[in-house]
Amino acid sequence: MPVSETRTLPEARVPSVRRRPVLEALAQTARDPWTIVSVLVLLGFVAMAVFASWFAGDPQAIDPANRLKAAGVVGIWGTDHLGRDVFSRAMYGARMSLVVGLSVAFLTAVPGVAIGVFAGMSRFGGAVVMRLIDAMMAIPAVLLAIALAALLQPGLLTVIIAIAIPEIPRMVRLVRSVVLSVRQQPFVDAAVSVGTRGPKLIFRHILPNTVAPVIVQATYAAASAIIASAILSFLGVGTPPDVPSWGGMMADARKFFQFYPMLMVYPGVLLSLLVLVTNVLGDRLSDALDPRKVRKRG
Amino acid sequence: MLRYAIGRVLAGIPTLLLVAVFIFSLIHLTPGDPAVLLAGDNATPSQVEQIRSRLNLDLPIWEQFGIWFGDAIQMDLGYSIYSGKPVTELILQRVEPTLVLSFVTLVMTVAIAVPLGAVAAWKANSMVDRFAMGFAVAGFSIPVFVIAYVIVYGFAVRWRLFPVQGYKWLADGWLATLHSVTLPSISLALIFAALIARVTRASVLEALSENYVRTAHAKGLGAPRILFVHALKSVGVPVVTVIGIGLATLIGGVVVTESVFNIPGIGRLTVDAITRRDYPVIQGVILFFSTALILINIVVDLSYALIDPRVRG
Repeated sequence: MPVSETRTLPEARVPSVRRRPVLEALAQTARDPWTIVSVLVLLGFVAMAVFASWFAGDPQAIDPANRLKAAGVVGIWGTDHLGRDVFSRAMYGARMSLVVGLSVAFLTAVPGVAIGVFAGMSRFGGAVVMRLIDAMMAIPAVLLAIALAALLQPGLLTVIIAIAIPEIPRMVRLVRSVVLSVRQQPFVDAAVSVGTRGPKLIFRHILPNTVAPVIVQATYAAASAIIASAILSFLGVGTPPDVPSWGGMMADARKFFQFYPMLMVYPGVLLSLLVLVTNVLGDRLSDALDPRKVRKRG
Repeated sequence: MLRYAIGRVLAGIPTLLLVAVFIFSLIHLTPGDPAVLLAGDNATPSQVEQIRSRLNLDLPIWEQFGIWFGDAIQMDLGYSIYSGKPVTELILQRVEPTLVLSFVTLVMTVAIAVPLGAVAAWKANSMVDRFAMGFAVAGFSIPVFVIAYVIVYGFAVRWRLFPVQGYKWLADGWLATLHSVTLPSISLALIFAALIARVTRASVLEALSENYVRTAHAKGLGAPRILFVHALKSVGVPVVTVIGIGLATLIGGVVVTESVFNIPGIGRLTVDAITRRDYPVIQGVILFFSTALILINIVVDLSYALIDPRVRG
């Protein structure tokens, strides 16, 4: 019997454990109305971020004569306490949220998968890593993020790192648990018994099984990163104040909130909507990709 | 049981030690010299040197850690750079608002989430269920300060039922305290309830398919009685677990909420310390919150062992 057959056979015999192929699952999710709505809204935000400079005015132009004007009087959504156009600031603000969300998802996934696979494959090293991960998880994520953001040089990169670091332990735990369960499967035993070792075992048999849960977790990480970056801006340790961001707009709006609540409402609604559609997509992906629906939040 | 309890407590010690190392290196390996910062712009090099040696910043880093951790175990977290007061005193002064806020939030959360989750499971896939789970996803998605401002605008600015901000100490009467923490607690509870409602729904759904529920139906018991007496009993353990896990999120929310409502709790202390780069306070507060989390999780684990003998094994 050729080697390739011994390798494919056991895989085919454990259909309940093999997760469904990613593409097939995605195709099925794509027919769900809520998924379609979420994807469309998300694309809207992407368009808002990419084309902001085409249709929105200068978000930085200060106009002292037209401070705190109501919507429609000056600009589409009025002006803030410096006379800046709220609509164009809100449109440009989508850039910051999307950049932070995507970067954190990526920066959580890559180290998370690397460390998680290591922790799952190495008995002793895994125990050491998991102790460290437990300790990191004992520190409240928002506290860790604001401490990191305040202590490092202020800037966008700092905010992204400060938010990504507390997210990594969750990803590591998830990947490790997947690796541990995949390692028990007969197809891995079969691969090992025909001499598959080291990197080939990991890349061909272990890693493909982590793809689906990692995509789901990275989507949740993006959603919570968007909230976290708004919280950082709100507390005054976020992205630079000269770059428009929804969190920064809300921080500015605090002082005028009782008389001009709409300054808080526009960025707040956009922010919540973006996070909402990201979370809905995460849930749909989770349902589609993982029959056991592990949802790790917290 | 005792053996399990001792083992669980001992297992917490290395975690706590690692957390301490982590928090310490976080502050000491990041750029910026606290001595220079503290001395101000017009300080002479010798003044900076003096401050450096007063704060032990001239010692090797591992010795600094030894001194700091040795003192921390004895409840001495050093002195605030900004106010000169002992960090432990600053924290203790501000424990009350944070504890009251967290406690009221937890009570409200359970009061909102458990009935909501139970009814959603009972009427699974109905409109009620969809509404409840939609609320849950929204709870995950809306930042706590956005909810907080919406609530403040309605209940404090428009209808003037509650104060816009501030905190009344328990010493001035607990009703006033409760009145002052109502809005912040509701804001936090709406977020936290999302998590608990999901878990409650999942565990009630599971319980409803159990044999004893079918037996209860067969005996002719009414639906509400089965739902709230029989099925809800099995919800205790998962809900306690998720409250334990969610506390880290709750602490983050408390920090933000105290800032929105101007409540003089530990969260405000943290934010103030961070804007002033008050290193001893930052270290002390994060260590305090992390220790509290570790201890609470030990208590949560021990409480399962009491409820469910299988855990002790």
